[in-house]
Amino acid sequence: MRNFLSDKITSIKPSGIRKFFDIVYEMQDAISLGVGEPDFDTPWFIRDEGIYSLEKGRTFYTSNSGLKELRKEISNYIKRTQNIFYNPDNEIIVTVGGSEAIDICLRAVINPGDEVIIPQPSYVSYEPCAILADAKPVIVELKAKNEFRLTPEELSDAITEKTKVLVLPYPNNPTGAIMEKDDLEKIAKIAVEKDILVLSDEIYSALTYKGQHISIASLDGMKERTVLINGFSKAYAMTGWRLGYACGPEAVIKQMTKIHQYAIMCAPTTSQYAAVEALKKGDEEVEKMRQSYNQRRRFLINAFEQMNLNCFEPYGAFYVFPCIKEFGMTSEEFATKLLMEEKVAVVPGTAFGDCAEGYLRISYAYSLDNLKEAISRIDRFVKNLRKTSSHL
Amino acid sequence: MRDELLSILEKNSRIDFKELAILLDKTEEEVLNEILKLENENIICGYHTLINWEKTDIEKVSAIIEVKVTPQRGQGFDHIAERIYNYPEVKSVYLISGGYDLLVTLEEKSLKDIAAFVSDKLSTLDSVLSTATHFILKKYKDHGTVINHTSKDEREKIMP
Repeated sequence: MRNFLSDKITSIKPSGIRKFFDIVYEMQDAISLGVGEPDFDTPWFIRDEGIYSLEKGRTFYTSNSGLKELRKEISNYIKRTQNIFYNPDNEIIVTVGGSEAIDICLRAVINPGDEVIIPQPSYVSYEPCAILADAKPVIVELKAKNEFRLTPEELSDAITEKTKVLVLPYPNNPTGAIMEKDDLEKIAKIAVEKDILVLSDEIYSALTYKGQHISIASLDGMKERTVLINGFSKAYAMTGWRLGYACGPEAVIKQMTKIHQYAIMCAPTTSQYAAVEALKKGDEEVEKMRQSYNQRRRFLINAFEQMNLNCFEPYGAFYVFPCIKEFGMTSEEFATKLLMEEKVAVVPGTAFGDCAEGYLRISYAYSLDNLKEAISRIDRFVKNLRKTSSHL
Repeated sequence: MRDELLSILEKNSRIDFKELAILLDKTEEEVLNEILKLENENIICGYHTLINWEKTDIEKVSAIIEVKVTPQRGQGFDHIAERIYNYPEVKSVYLISGGYDLLVTLEEKSLKDIAAFVSDKLSTLDSVLSTATHFILKKYKDHGTVINHTSKDEREKIMP
């Protein structure tokens, strides 16, 4: 029989730490700090609106780019948070999660051989999506000494004549890093100079703990060269509803809509109705959740300080990213040993890029009680490791 | 810090200063001072425990009583409210808008005790015009807490 598989797809490696993930799935009684989604349920009034839309029989397709009312609310939201105006008629598309937006944005702009700059550590989908779009991914290795922010020097070094897109994933999963206004201004200047499109993945924008999140699209000359991606998963605890959106130049959104139209048709209708309500009335609930995350973040940072575990203070998302290089193990070895000995699951940094070797992603999308128990186990584990190594 | 402090304490009054200081990114002393201030200003009025008595052997019966009263000259409802809330078995008294004036909640050992309270003490007060007593059959949610709630984390164990 012939090999029916596509070379392009088979060449993409599955997540590098599959083996570790499989062990975690096996271990039922482990405490996990390994999840990249909120522990909160979707606020009730949002769920209620979803239910209501079903009761009303709103079970049809929406327009390809999404409910007009939702696009208007998205436009309002970005206006009031970033002071940028996107026209709901042709500059916004509602997608199946932020993930789809990343995929179709790259497919809409890439010609074979174009280069896409991807800072790592970062979310797992940028590189494969770039490859699927026939781009050449160019990885920039972010540094702990810069708090995992992208510096203008790093960006300049990665740019070639073929560079077309910069992926800007802030607030960042897995590091929790953010980019502040002056950081962004330097990046924006280069993007304009070198005529690069920025794919700004701002899915964690509502979860920042040092001033307000700023979108690079709000800087001078950037709106026309930025595709802003966001969604409902993280801010409104709506991961399972699969709803995101992209805002950008009409020409790009138009081509993205074409792919979306043929591959997806439209984002789930129930989710869209619920999301309208989320944007209209959700600010207070988001703030409550943000406050909870912030308390847990402080708790973890303090705990790692007490443990003497090297960890920069992250100001975004719901992750901390401690360094475990002192133990002379790889991230995966450390995580596996921690899982086996103390039954605590964390994600090895290397899941998010080779340059994250020596780091762990620890999620604080868990109750404080849960975090306390996990921290006491990690503390014991770290102490034991230090004791053993001092005997050698 | 005040709002955030209050919202934490409202859910968990047992939390210690050390932990509060970490969660709020303040020193223990700052937290302690703020709590003392809140207590002095009568913003924090007490620290209570939410108990599901149904799970104990102790018998308790609760009732909600709607009370219509005649407000008194110069004192409005305050005087009659005080007459009512001074009884230790009365758990709460609210002045409310709508079809009646005071909402009284009561906790007693038995149905009979509640009936006795209403007929002997409450109804006989001069300004009380009428009462309507509702017995509580089951508590689903109290003080923002769902009684008998067991939450299970149904998320995948690990997810990038």
